[in-house]
Amino acid sequence: MSPTATAGTAAAATAATAAERGRAAAPPAHLTMRDALNRALDTALAEDPATLVFGEDVGRLGGVFRVTDGLQRRHGADRVFDTPIAESGIVGLAVGLAMNGWRPVPEIQFDGFAYPAVDQIVNQMARMHYRSRGTAPMPITLRVPSFGGIQAPEHHGESLEALFAHVPGLRVAAPADPLDAYHLLLQSIRGDDPVVFLEPKSRYWDRAPLPEGGLAAAPELPVGASRVVRPGRHATLVAWGAMVRRCLAAADLAAEDGVELEVVDLRWLKPLDADAVAASAARTRRAVVVHEAPLTAGLGGEVAALVTERAFRDLAAPVQRVTGFDVPYPAGPLEPQYLPTVDRILFAVQRTLEY
Amino acid sequence: MPTREPPDPRPHRARPLPPDLARRLYRLMLTARMIDTEAVALQRQGVFPAYVSLRGQEAAQVGSAAAMDPERDFAFPTYRELAVALTLGVDMVGYLASHRALWHGGLYDPMASRFAPINAVVGGPVPHAVGWALGERLAGRTGVAVSYFGDGASSEGDVHEAMNLAGVLTAPVVFVCQNNRWALSVPNERQIAGGSVAARAAGYGMAGVTVDGDDLAAVHDATRAALERARSGGGPTLIEALTYRAGPHSTSDDTSRYRDPAEERAWADRDPLVRTRAALEAAGAADAAFFAAAEAECRAEAERIRDGVSAAPEPPGTDLFDHVFREPAPHLAAQRRVWEEEVR
Repeated sequence: MSPTATAGTAAAATAATAAERGRAAAPPAHLTMRDALNRALDTALAEDPATLVFGEDVGRLGGVFRVTDGLQRRHGADRVFDTPIAESGIVGLAVGLAMNGWRPVPEIQFDGFAYPAVDQIVNQMARMHYRSRGTAPMPITLRVPSFGGIQAPEHHGESLEALFAHVPGLRVAAPADPLDAYHLLLQSIRGDDPVVFLEPKSRYWDRAPLPEGGLAAAPELPVGASRVVRPGRHATLVAWGAMVRRCLAAADLAAEDGVELEVVDLRWLKPLDADAVAASAARTRRAVVVHEAPLTAGLGGEVAALVTERAFRDLAAPVQRVTGFDVPYPAGPLEPQYLPTVDRILFAVQRTLEY
Repeated sequence: MPTREPPDPRPHRARPLPPDLARRLYRLMLTARMIDTEAVALQRQGVFPAYVSLRGQEAAQVGSAAAMDPERDFAFPTYRELAVALTLGVDMVGYLASHRALWHGGLYDPMASRFAPINAVVGGPVPHAVGWALGERLAGRTGVAVSYFGDGASSEGDVHEAMNLAGVLTAPVVFVCQNNRWALSVPNERQIAGGSVAARAAGYGMAGVTVDGDDLAAVHDATRAALERARSGGGPTLIEALTYRAGPHSTSDDTSRYRDPAEERAWADRDPLVRTRAALEAAGAADAAFFAAAEAECRAEAERIRDGVSAAPEPPGTDLFDHVFREPAPHLAAQRRVWEEEVR
């Protein structure tokens, strides 16, 4: 069972126990994804003096989502600092710092504001190591609060994974739950290649029970690995970021009808753990890939191709895609109709079962 | 953040260079001119697919780069900085390998050479210089980044972002804008609102200096002063070196479609090599024997570089895959197997 799936139950149990004892609850042994990311950044800053955290409002304010809360106080204003509103400049700064031996962890405040930085991300950050024939180090982790689901203004709900996964020289990662977010971010920072790290902002406040021994004791998967967050045998749901929890919700409902869905959290979107995803699809003989981004040329097409190439003879149905529509990301009341719903996921499952 | 130097976009003038330095820099300028001439010829012979000449900008490049400390400082070029590379001691065969299309960034070691890879996005490297410079300040070191770009690049948003960042972060960086009057086919009047790049420095709270870019001593002196200011914590400087692109934008270009040939003829009188030679002669710093020896030695060096780049081996196909990532990448390993089985 995944940490996410057990989180709600464990939280309820803890609360009940404290209430029964009739005294104030002990400090909750839980943490949110925001907490986990904050702790990962704290760890990275503490373990390597070359690590720098910077971006818009990440210093004194602690970031608009408070992911960098307290880091400037603990590590100093030289290592955790605010920049002007200049996304291209922020990434360009990171490239120059990396060439001078630093390990930059810049933040783009919201997904849609990565577009003004695309030249620096694509033409510079992704290529400088190659252009320099491996001599210029480029260990940059570009954090981008991403995806929709919080009824934010325009340009605050974009899914950029297909854009960046398409770029040679970039790695792309997206965490789905708090405990995994900790290790995924630390692995991204410790790695020596540029990583675009897409944080599902609608999951910042998801809670998970803190394991005994703290965050560092949480299970750590190898770099590049996907994970099965819920085993099943009738069809495989493939997702990343915020859509993993939605797939788990769909799996819960399907289970009531006796349909056992396997849910795979991709975690790394480039390189993508194609063999493991295909192995799951081969086992269940059916796959549905779910993402928030628009359909056409989305990463779901890539997943479908990789699965089909590897598991064609084992598949009982074409890989289905449940995605956002090919429209600009919509405003508040339309957002729930744009994002893949549990119903749409279950309809797609039904199509694969009845194919 | 306290306001630093008041803007000073006035023309910068300097005393003559010490004779030994002037002679050394003249030889670098002459070598750059000869390499450039050989490179144009190599393009005509089909050895280079294309080439971008720096003809006319030798004083701006040699004068500024010679003021740098090659042990501490770091240059961030775009693609027309051949004489900067030469002055900093970059392996020129490796430099020209970029123009022979052997490797986009060049085959020299940019980190060891302290000269970043050749970059074709004209505004792109400017914020890199600011980041590198900030890294020096944070590390408590005293190196200065020198960012080279042109009048065309001055219109790029990245240049604005970089200069503002440099001002806010007090980064030890010197921006050297070589204003060669032409951004491909577009003249200054259609490029620079307000008429001066250096005057923009005021808006970033940094010193701005306009210098005659064909006056070797003036360029050297202005850059030396800017480097000293940056090294001592005084923050960035923007130098606008007014020069002239004597040739076309590239060997694929045709200047007759957009500029008057009379303009090019008029430039010949202010050719920085002619002016530097005249200055050396006027100061009694060099005689006919020096110029004859320089001519022969610089030509021999240019020919050695020409022959070297002409004979340089093509990169192996494995280079396609070898430098994309530092860490293992299974998808690339799989694609490399395809290359081994179906292409090699």
